[in-house]
Amino acid sequence: MAIRPLLTKDFATENLEQLPVYERTGGYAGFKKALEMQPDALVDMVKKSGLRGRGGAGFPTGNKWSFLPKGVYPRYLVCNADESEPGCFKDRYLMEESPHQVLEGILIASYAIGCNLAFIYIRGEYLPQHEALEKAIDEARQSGYLGKNVLGKGYDIDVILHRGAGAYICGEETAMLTSLEGYRGEPRLKPPFPAVKGLYGKPTVVNNVETVANLPHIVLNGAEWFAAIGTPTGSGTRLWCMSGHVNRPGNYEMENGTPIRELIEEHGGGVWKNRTLKAFQPGGASMMVLLPQHLDVGLDFDAIQKAGSLAGAGAMVVMDETTCMVDAARRYVKFFEHESCGKCTPCREGTYWMANLFDRFEGGDAKPGDIDLLLDIGYNIDGRSFCPLGDASTWFPRSVIKFFRDEFQEHISEKGCPFKKSTVEAVA
Amino acid sequence: MPLAKPTVAQIQELAARYPSKQSAIIPALWAVQHEQGYVTDEAMSEIAQHLGLPPSLIEATASFYSMFLTRPEGRHDVVICINAPCMLRGADEMVAYLERQLGVRDGGTTADGAITWHSTIECLGACGGAPMMQVDHRFEENLTPERIDAIIERLRKEPAPHYPLPGPPHKGEGAVQAKAAEPAKKPARPRAKKVQD
Repeated sequence: MAIRPLLTKDFATENLEQLPVYERTGGYAGFKKALEMQPDALVDMVKKSGLRGRGGAGFPTGNKWSFLPKGVYPRYLVCNADESEPGCFKDRYLMEESPHQVLEGILIASYAIGCNLAFIYIRGEYLPQHEALEKAIDEARQSGYLGKNVLGKGYDIDVILHRGAGAYICGEETAMLTSLEGYRGEPRLKPPFPAVKGLYGKPTVVNNVETVANLPHIVLNGAEWFAAIGTPTGSGTRLWCMSGHVNRPGNYEMENGTPIRELIEEHGGGVWKNRTLKAFQPGGASMMVLLPQHLDVGLDFDAIQKAGSLAGAGAMVVMDETTCMVDAARRYVKFFEHESCGKCTPCREGTYWMANLFDRFEGGDAKPGDIDLLLDIGYNIDGRSFCPLGDASTWFPRSVIKFFRDEFQEHISEKGCPFKKSTVEAVA
Repeated sequence: MPLAKPTVAQIQELAARYPSKQSAIIPALWAVQHEQGYVTDEAMSEIAQHLGLPPSLIEATASFYSMFLTRPEGRHDVVICINAPCMLRGADEMVAYLERQLGVRDGGTTADGAITWHSTIECLGACGGAPMMQVDHRFEENLTPERIDAIIERLRKEPAPHYPLPGPPHKGEGAVQAKAAEPAKKPARPRAKKVQD
């Protein structure tokens, strides 16, 4: 297991974002083949492939599709392109380099679930990526890949590109649907799940950009081929967004199960400036910190979970020995405070309170009881929030307290940040 | 200031495009902001009128989303990320440098009206090129003081950018506007493009 270009295999091709070039690399052959199949057979195929959602939760995609109630129409597909998890920039890369691959995946998924109108919800900040997708949709429409009676096969499909406006919470699937309906992006209670009652109250599937980008390859090469890549419970590859203190940050597509060590040391060129690794964080801002002793864990949903963190949306934030773990946690907590939608009290008030406490630590005002106070607040948010945003706001800070409690102590005893790297004023 | 004709046409087109006209609120707000630079109460009332919805609904939605501006800003919009992945690669130093060079505090507009800047804790999706900022919604990565200087110099001379109207396909006047809004250059690519071995 190693680096394995699957979604990114043609990314070195010039002008891949243009339709004729994409077609020359085998583009839209998957969709054409899918149109020859029965939709149910496609759902079975994706189930057998073992494809799991790449947005963060890792839910089996084929199962998600099969939850749609029989005979209820219209149905909708929403492609989640609201990539906003701090540390993640993989969907951006896929949309920028090969928008047609994403679109082809959307068309395949739509056909499989019997949907005639699909949406792409893209975050407001991704304007260049919005333009790339818009151009791809126009090209595909002109070439007969979307519209009425697609490729003469009697199937109608249209895609609407919908631009968000700066709300992380809209990446949560029910908040995304609420936002798409024109309201404030607040999450909804589950159940009913979107598969039963989603967009406009109709059966809806929400799939991540990277998830759908896998579909053309699965259809073309078969479920067995895909299932043979990666690990038994995590088939395929994932794009890992490596950032922080490494020599070569960027996106790397790795076969699932590849040791984290290989990603960081070989492909990332190791920790920069000849420093030593202090910690790293897979998954994104929400996920728990891991230590150098976890370097041999495989890049895989289940393996990372077993090690005490989560693979989430595929970020890999690397931190060297000079990193102030308190300040890193403070940034993430501030992020969640900023992005809390305000619907439920534990998250709205809890993230605010945690952020205040972190400012106290960094500003030199923390008292000895504040570490336990942080843990207590975290305990009262996690599992008591309306949606996973609140829960996830506590995971990284609590894991940092678990492994780096002495750093918090130092912030108290030295009345401020011993690393002196950042200033409180920098974070408004 | 009443909305321009292409904007109104676009809002009406959007209302017809979605299964529910309420879904056109966010794209309509984008159309307004891209035309007028920010969203006024007057413009929201006009959106409400064109969509046949109460103005309170438009305001409720607009006030939730941080990218909709309620005040006029400078010609150019500079947003610099200070979340953890950027912090690890020196974002705080870049923020301090930017503030010093522009001479206005976070959230302020330069005296010549050229640039409004602010730092953001909301990750902008370019951690592989940190420290980074978005200039008029385009990515500027691997920032150094020299790069910041060059960007500021460019922005002080450049007119305000044209943004495309949201929602395909553009017809009539909208199409002309969309064409004029073509980006000057290809979007910045992630730094480590090599994924092959």
